[in-house]
Amino acid sequence: MSSRPLIELTGVSKVYPLPSGDVVALDDLSLGIEEGEFVAIMGPSGSGKSTLLNQIGCLDVPTSGTLHINGSDIGSLRDHELTELRLNTLGYIFQKFNLIALLTAYENVEYPYILKHRHPDESGMVTEMLRRVDIDEKLSAHRPNELSGGQQQRVAIARALINDPAILLCDEPTGNLDTRTGGQIMDMLAELNREGRTIIMVTHDPAIARYANRTITIRDGKVA
Amino acid sequence: MMAKDVIFQLSLRSIRLHFLRSVLAALGIVIGVVAISSMGMMGANMTLSVTEELSSMGNVLVVQADTSGGGGGPGFIGGGGSSGTDDTTISDSNFGKIEKAADKYGTVYYLYSGRDKISIGSEEGRASIYGMDPDVMPDILPIADGAYPKSTSSVLIGPTLAERYGLTLGSRLTIGTEDTGEETVRVVGILEERGMSMDLNSDNAIITTEKWYTGVYGGEGEYDQVNVLLDDINDADTAKTAITDQLNRRETVVAVQDSSRMLESITSTLGTLTSFVMAIAGISLIVAAVSIFNVMMMSVTERIREIGILRSIGTQKGEIRRMFIYESVILGLVGAGIGAIVSLGMGYLIVMAMVGTTQYFFNPQSLVYIPMAMAVGIITCVVSGVYPAWRASNLDPIDALRAE
Repeated sequence: MSSRPLIELTGVSKVYPLPSGDVVALDDLSLGIEEGEFVAIMGPSGSGKSTLLNQIGCLDVPTSGTLHINGSDIGSLRDHELTELRLNTLGYIFQKFNLIALLTAYENVEYPYILKHRHPDESGMVTEMLRRVDIDEKLSAHRPNELSGGQQQRVAIARALINDPAILLCDEPTGNLDTRTGGQIMDMLAELNREGRTIIMVTHDPAIARYANRTITIRDGKVA
Repeated sequence: MMAKDVIFQLSLRSIRLHFLRSVLAALGIVIGVVAISSMGMMGANMTLSVTEELSSMGNVLVVQADTSGGGGGPGFIGGGGSSGTDDTTISDSNFGKIEKAADKYGTVYYLYSGRDKISIGSEEGRASIYGMDPDVMPDILPIADGAYPKSTSSVLIGPTLAERYGLTLGSRLTIGTEDTGEETVRVVGILEERGMSMDLNSDNAIITTEKWYTGVYGGEGEYDQVNVLLDDINDADTAKTAITDQLNRRETVVAVQDSSRMLESITSTLGTLTSFVMAIAGISLIVAAVSIFNVMMMSVTERIREIGILRSIGTQKGEIRRMFIYESVILGLVGAGIGAIVSLGMGYLIVMAMVGTTQYFFNPQSLVYIPMAMAVGIITCVVSGVYPAWRASNLDPIDALRAE
């Protein structure tokens, strides 16, 4: 047997118990994603694609089945270990950018760096990362609410990359952007994938999904 | 660039962002700290001032003849006059026994005491008159002016008496009535003020020599009172026991009044009163705690989404908890700090108004209430911040991210 894929889901189910009855968001789903892939997860609303991304993003744990990321069995990890995995191995890009309003663009990128290294960045890595996503020093002193949507998303990408994660998770990364800005963001993600970064992206837009080299469609909690 | 502790930075910025709200919450702590510390300081100053006033009687044992056969006990001196029966006086031989028992603990001396009419020129009045051994006077009664009596008809007078009748060194005054015989004495010394005391109220009295006193009133060797001026206040109980053992072996001959007991009970009453007033002041801190709690809960609710983001990008539960605890600690420290400064001024004014003197204000026993109240204020803040912080850290990251 060859070595395990970077991400491997085996018979993963996620059930939300509700007073009106259990809701099955993921139903016995099995899936492998290799290192360096750019995977688009598509599917109609409520199909379970966001739930799937949350499992892979270690924000949630499966009700049953096993999920391995980078060799670790996610189900067996404790909360602080999952948090550490999110900090070191995973980079998250959200539809609503989700920058921290209290911090400047620069500090938003520096925040996970300090969490990991326990000291401020003195190597210029944060500035360099921001330059890569076309945020100059002047812009990086601004708070998120002073930046455009495209600029915020670029800062969010820099933040996701600052700790050099193996996997980049994107939840509708262009959902709140116009087509032209969305295209720029996708070009940026495609470039990152070409450099070898594994990217998993949830989208409902087929035009965006075309940037990926594999598309997985989810329907009713299963791979369609 | 952010400082090393990003979590602390986030707390600080959140406070700055909601400045007014934070100031109002801290104001509650300021008021609480000021209330507690000023009340505490007031109590301490009152105790110190009363203790000081009464301490002259603190180191004195007063031995009087037991007139009640057990019950009642001796009261303050006075009355009696020149009466000289065995029942109300202490005989010379008993004085000897007292001296033998208590000499090693301090100065033992006897007093004749009474009250009589006095007249200075055309002015008339009454005053306490003491007769005592002139050799003992310098040990017991410090004089402000003049000298100790050398001749029989020289007397010392208390400062209040001197002021009231305009007596100075060399003044003459007449003691007694025409019926009992008038005696003229000369003032040779004016005593220092001693304040209220149990053994010898000299401020408004005339101190005569033993020879003069017994010459006029008779009753030689029948003392109204024997005082023991203790070298060490801690010997009070031992000395008291030694005297009663010596004299009251078969029947109760003397009663010994231990003034330190009275002092103790007065200070303990004041202490209880202070605690009570402070407890009332403490209510303001409970109000402050509720306000801090409310502010922290609001902060958590407002920042649910931010907490979700922080958690999703790798912030530990403990760090989220710390962020909110820091916030309440900062509010507490600032509130308590300002409260401490305000307490100094406010406490000073209250002490001046209520106690009448601020001479003990900077005494450690008084100032200690400031750090104490600060500590209580900070602890209140931290305690009020614990639940909101715990709640914030236990939010589900996915739910938190979904919040608007």
